[in-house]
Amino acid sequence: MTETATTKEPNREPIKASEIDPKFKYELSRMHGSEKILRCFQCGTCTSDCPVARYSETYRPRTIIRMAQLGLRDRVLNSDTLWLCAACFTCTDRCPQDIEVASVIRVLRNLAAEKGCVPIVFKEQIASVLESGYAYKIPDLRIKKRETQGLPPLPKGNPASISKSLKGVKFLENIEKKSEQQ
Amino acid sequence: MSSNKYLIFLGCAIPYRVSSYEISARKVLAKLGVELVEMPEFNCCGLPLDPVSHEMMLILAARNLALAEQQGLNIITLCPGCAGTLKKVNKILKEDKALREQINGHLKEAGLEFKGTVTTKHLMQVLIEDVGLEKIKSAVLKPLTMLKVAEHNGCHILRPKEYIGFDDPEDPQTLKTLIEATGATCLDYMDETECCGAPSVGVSDKVALQLARDKLNHVKMVDAQALITICPFCHIMYDTNELRIEKMFNEAYGIPILHYPQLLGLAMGMSPEELAFNELRVNASKLLTQVTEGAK
Repeated sequence: MTETATTKEPNREPIKASEIDPKFKYELSRMHGSEKILRCFQCGTCTSDCPVARYSETYRPRTIIRMAQLGLRDRVLNSDTLWLCAACFTCTDRCPQDIEVASVIRVLRNLAAEKGCVPIVFKEQIASVLESGYAYKIPDLRIKKRETQGLPPLPKGNPASISKSLKGVKFLENIEKKSEQQ
Repeated sequence: MSSNKYLIFLGCAIPYRVSSYEISARKVLAKLGVELVEMPEFNCCGLPLDPVSHEMMLILAARNLALAEQQGLNIITLCPGCAGTLKKVNKILKEDKALREQINGHLKEAGLEFKGTVTTKHLMQVLIEDVGLEKIKSAVLKPLTMLKVAEHNGCHILRPKEYIGFDDPEDPQTLKTLIEATGATCLDYMDETECCGAPSVGVSDKVALQLARDKLNHVKMVDAQALITICPFCHIMYDTNELRIEKMFNEAYGIPILHYPQLLGLAMGMSPEELAFNELRVNASKLLTQVTEGAK
């Protein structure tokens, strides 16, 4: 997924009453990280201070928050721009309403992921963590080279223990269900 | 707990791509009397998976903390992302009993329990708080007074302030102070605290490279001889991509990107070979010549 041709901008078509989920904002306000979403009065500090917004034609944290407040659940969760946030937390630290904007974005990403909307790079990292404990597959060459570099051996992960701890995680269960259906 | 003995939490990016950081950090810490114990069976801190599942991030981070608690040692990380995540999750789980019980329910399956008895510090925090500026200064044998450099803290060592609370995210001072302890001058420049863009790589290279380009432009504007980082991701972003950015945007930088322990190591009299300068993509030989000639 790159931003050039494939990025879906949040749909800017006129809003139909039928696509509004009036309870979405309350649902968000009960989730860890987006508790304070109702406080947003659209001042725009998040967007004006956002490094990504400076170079992206589509990513605007203020717009995302507003869409969520309006209850445009599907529009916001299906939007690729949600995945452009660099998680620098500048918006969180500077929000005059103390909203933890980056965490609201994270909550929305989690909800999108539950529906199956996840960029491939994240899927690869999850697979790698489950397999080795590390988010990236560390090349054998690197592991062997450590000795000649005077570095201690790389600690081995414990995939069995990791899998046990992650039992019952909603996201992983959804993936399993989907692969069973296929 | 002995204040200068830590479990070292390597994380993923460093063994994957940034061994120069690990090599130089271990050398410098050993000389400053910080003892490192290898952390067995750790896993990814959880941060890269937070966008997909907050629950998974909490469990992975808590698993690491529980492992450290079994060892009875505090954690040192070289990666600000790992430090930030472990600090944040430690704080959240200590304060929120219901969430702690939920996460411990998961850990119990693997015979682990989070209790909240260890702390996590990034390398820079250990240097300033536990080793101390005086000890660092007295270890400097070859002051780098001939060098003018710029610093890049990166976001996760500073933000979100509520969870990290270690320096001022708008006007951070610690890295500057540590750089000046080597004898080098640390220059101010435009947008010093701006994000490197690394987390956007893979989703939009275009946005990420433009952010890195901005940074290199601002560093060049003040004629800095090097950019000093303390994060493996920021380092990859600048060191690995500098040549690419030069070609892509028709720029010329030639600014070496050094890990802070490489700079400190030089000042402590270690050789560039010992500090893995040969692993850097942007050639630092001009800077090293200046250091050698300046010392004469």
